[in-house]
Amino acid sequence: MAYQMQFRSVLQRMPELMDGVILTIQLGSTAIALGLTVGVVGAAGRSYGPRWLDRCIGGYVEVIRNTPLLVQLFLVFFGLPLLGFRVSANTAALVGLVVNLGAYSTEIFRSGFQAIVPAQIQAGIALAMSPWQIFRHVIFFPALKIVYPALVGQVTLTFLSTSIVSAISAAELTSVANTIESQTFRSLETYIIVTIIYVVMTLLFRFLCWLLAQVLFGSVRDYRISRRLTPVATEVAP
Amino acid sequence: MMRTFMITDLYFLLYAAGWTVIITLVSFCFGGILGLAIALAKLFGGKIPRLIATAFVELLQSTPVLMLLFLSFYGLNYLGFRLPPFIAAGAALSLFAGAFLGEIWRGSIEAIEKSQWEASEALAMTRFQQCRYIIFPQAIRIALAPTIGFLAQLIKNTSIAALIGFVEITRAGQILNNMTFQPFLIFSLVAVIYFVICYPLSAYSQRLEEKLNASRSA
Repeated sequence: MAYQMQFRSVLQRMPELMDGVILTIQLGSTAIALGLTVGVVGAAGRSYGPRWLDRCIGGYVEVIRNTPLLVQLFLVFFGLPLLGFRVSANTAALVGLVVNLGAYSTEIFRSGFQAIVPAQIQAGIALAMSPWQIFRHVIFFPALKIVYPALVGQVTLTFLSTSIVSAISAAELTSVANTIESQTFRSLETYIIVTIIYVVMTLLFRFLCWLLAQVLFGSVRDYRISRRLTPVATEVAP
Repeated sequence: MMRTFMITDLYFLLYAAGWTVIITLVSFCFGGILGLAIALAKLFGGKIPRLIATAFVELLQSTPVLMLLFLSFYGLNYLGFRLPPFIAAGAALSLFAGAFLGEIWRGSIEAIEKSQWEASEALAMTRFQQCRYIIFPQAIRIALAPTIGFLAQLIKNTSIAALIGFVEITRAGQILNNMTFQPFLIFSLVAVIYFVICYPLSAYSQRLEEKLNASRSA
């Protein structure tokens, strides 16, 4: 083999990579916070709103869930200026990620809301709770507990897919890596290091989600990504 | 040279959509083999195969697909192969599919009640016979819906192969956009083509799941 791995020239650029890490965390956490908000509102609209609203949100969900994030990003990046909004690549990336996660989390929250039996809501009314109190205590929190593992899986996927926004020249870890790669020509070394950084970040992120579940629900539940894909298996009684 | 979008460009997009389908099928096949190995290793393997399979799945599910793609693209070059992007993209997507399919199928097999195992063991069936006649036929029914759902997800993920220059439908869209600069029209068309491919799959997957849930709760 004529090729020798040399990590030094890449490791020297560690400060830049750390800047990239911070940008990725900023972008990811903002996108997740906003995307989940869209999801809760969308699911509430689908479950308790009028029929036409349900149809509209359903259309949005299906369109987003059946097209790739990369194409959605291109459409937002090139489309917003056509609509008269001059936005930076990072804003376009954020909008794309929020729209994407919003659709997926709408479906997840909706399945949670549907799992709350009407008798629970009637009991809330009987206790003279206000609509807001019913939504918060009777619907939202128990539903969150049910869908938490699926939600963590989806949010993790969104966090990982922030790497794709480098394709529309938004600044985050992968775009920093691409810059370093093109300047040092140490392609493999650069991407090995960056992959390790991503893995560490994701494992930490999943640990935080697990910790949050402990605080919120006081119980350990399976929070792996794949559980989202096997909803049947999770419902089997022990 | 700028020119406008022509009807022949639509043929180019559809031709590239063919490549999207091909790379999806290739990585689904190899990913399926890998996934089956992972599921079996996790369920029936000894300590070491189980550990390897678990570590593999956890690692791959914590890595962005784009990084897998870059690693296989540059990694294969590093090993001295001058391979077309198709191979690199196929390898990366196969690994990705393997990790997810492995978990789906493991979950489906685990969902079969323990009494099924016990009853078939009481009939003096061997482990292979148990799997072949009792467990897998039931597990396949459970696995079908999420597997088809994942297939739609895999199709969407092939779009990332555009970033290493593999000419599938998203890359074709980029090329056309560079020539005509009508991004909204072109990427809308690209999105429509993806939708036409993916929607039937995800709708079918959803219907299967509803049917399965209905039959289970009945």
